[in-house]
Amino acid sequence: MLLFENIALALAGIKSNKTRSVLTMLGIIIGIAAVIAIMTIGGSMSQGIQEEMSSFGANQIMMYVTEREDEDDFGGPGPGMRFEDSGREMKDDDLITGEMIQGIRDNFGDRIEGIGLKEEIGEAKAKSGSLYANVRVVGLNADILKMEEIEPVAGRAFTKEDYREGRKVAMVTDYFVDNMFSGDKDAALGKQISVLVQDRYYSYTVVGVYEYDDSDFGYSTGKKSDIRTDLYIPIKTAREQNHNNKGFANITVVGDPAGDISTLSDELSDFMEDNYYSRNQYFTVDTWTMSSMVDELTKSMATVSLAVSLIAGISLLVGGIGVMNIMLVSITERTKEIGTRKALGATNGSIRTQFIVESIVLCLVGGIIGMILGCAAGLAGSQAMGYTGHIQPLSLAVSFGFSSVIGIFFGYYPANKAAKMNPIDALRYE
Amino acid sequence: MSKREIIHLENIIKRFYVGQPNELEILHGINLSVYDGEFTSVVGASGSGKSTLMNIIGALDKPTEGQYTLDDVDVIAAKDEELSTIRNRKIGFVFQTYNLISRTTAIKNVEMPMLYKGMGRRERKERAEYLLEMVGMKERMTHTPDELSGGQKQRVAIARAMACDPAIILADEPTGALDSKTGRTVMDIFHRLNEESKKTIVLITHAPDLAEETGRIITLSDGNIVNVRVKYDADQYEESEPENTGETTGENSGTEEE
Repeated sequence: MLLFENIALALAGIKSNKTRSVLTMLGIIIGIAAVIAIMTIGGSMSQGIQEEMSSFGANQIMMYVTEREDEDDFGGPGPGMRFEDSGREMKDDDLITGEMIQGIRDNFGDRIEGIGLKEEIGEAKAKSGSLYANVRVVGLNADILKMEEIEPVAGRAFTKEDYREGRKVAMVTDYFVDNMFSGDKDAALGKQISVLVQDRYYSYTVVGVYEYDDSDFGYSTGKKSDIRTDLYIPIKTAREQNHNNKGFANITVVGDPAGDISTLSDELSDFMEDNYYSRNQYFTVDTWTMSSMVDELTKSMATVSLAVSLIAGISLLVGGIGVMNIMLVSITERTKEIGTRKALGATNGSIRTQFIVESIVLCLVGGIIGMILGCAAGLAGSQAMGYTGHIQPLSLAVSFGFSSVIGIFFGYYPANKAAKMNPIDALRYE
Repeated sequence: MSKREIIHLENIIKRFYVGQPNELEILHGINLSVYDGEFTSVVGASGSGKSTLMNIIGALDKPTEGQYTLDDVDVIAAKDEELSTIRNRKIGFVFQTYNLISRTTAIKNVEMPMLYKGMGRRERKERAEYLLEMVGMKERMTHTPDELSGGQKQRVAIARAMACDPAIILADEPTGALDSKTGRTVMDIFHRLNEESKKTIVLITHAPDLAEETGRIITLSDGNIVNVRVKYDADQYEESEPENTGETTGENSGTEEE
């Protein structure tokens, strides 16, 4: 009964004192907006990654040669962050050989769907007269095409003969065709193209066109025509052109999705160690899965979230103190009103309630503005990072609760002060 | 037939700074009865103790010693919460400075005591409208106090004082901030409330001409009732002689700050 009147009164107060109210609420607004934004971005990221994982890659195990570490070292470095500054360089007999790959096939054949092999020649520019396209020349085997679900939209995929004989054939993206053949896929098929990789020309015959998955590079900037896309060639061709007949620094094993990928990952690691690397004192093979990456990412996201939450918490604390300050000012200003209310029959309790409600309303209005700003920033941020924004309902609920708690906590002292005012002194206050 | 006693003050003593070297006695033992339907005025110079007396009658302050019964309720024994209820139900305050809540409308101001009483929304609104109509402010009920003149504000304040149909209306210099013409209108409203609604009114003033209009004039000086004059309807009341407990030693005179 009194509550509605109090809320209406508090809202009227905020409206009649707009500048002051907004300044008071600023701390709360910033704090809540920061929390919501970071939770939205974080949530959208992990949701996006999870979705990507479920579409592909969840059952992929990356195996890579890495330096041995001391037992007490912190977790292994990811494949992208191999230590290059060690005293010993990776030699040919440290690499994963075809024999080892065959060993994996023999021992785990029923539990894996394939082993993907990649050999990169390098970033290159394909040119034809004034036309050009940025590419990355990558050699790969049939298992990779299958696991990454790359299918030709025109022409054909590589044949067994292409792989076996190391033919100079290529699969290009539709972007490549747009740049080099004005989008005419059929015109591209069978054409000889030459690409320049570090002062050396390579030429390939286009046999297939596949669709470029732009979601992988959703955050790339610049003109569409400058986007660098993969030009695939058979793995053997790439190895020959690289004069590489050693082994692989890393391979990708595709596990049977029905099985337990992390167990398989561990077993593969043990298998490699026991059979091939036990006598290699410097190098070993480590395994790494998508889910372990997601775990790592989630962990680092949690750290970032914690840090931002801490800052937001400080902002909320400062905001709360601001609210308390303005409530104290407001109570002093309205001493006479408090006296009058007491003379009209307001109990200490109802005065206290009035000011606590006012403080809560102030914080909640701030909180709601913060939520709106935070959602907007969070969605925009997720978008900018290439993920679909998802508002986290939990974060809204938490913010709502938090704002109320701040309102109560920082409103209590001023409200209590108001409640305890002596009505005579309050009435006489000018 | 004797009328019912609404206010019963017995040997009211009020001291400030009790136990300290500067202890000060403002009221020296006031005995006063106000009967149902009476229009009483309390007059006295600044420092005579009339504000202190008004605070005690209004249940805003408790006397150091003495007995006070208001409409059969023992005010002295009342706790904080009960004092709020007494102020809410039994007393209608009218202040010199109106004391309307400035951020809200006239009708909301009138509804306020009813809100604290716990009356329903519709009932509140109806009564507030009725009261505002009574003081001739109905067409202005959605205005905020800033948009009203002094006399209009005071009329709204009177409507607010009547909100919970109190046992007494306690008016502290209600015309003090008004010019004589608007002051007249306000006084007329008090007379009407007294005559038509039979409201018991206690008017505190230092204007002798206003006091002359009331049924009984109580003159306060240096914390004592020095004179009680019954103007009209004398036989209606029990005779109330000034029961001066003496001790007008003068040591405390003129010490009460306004």
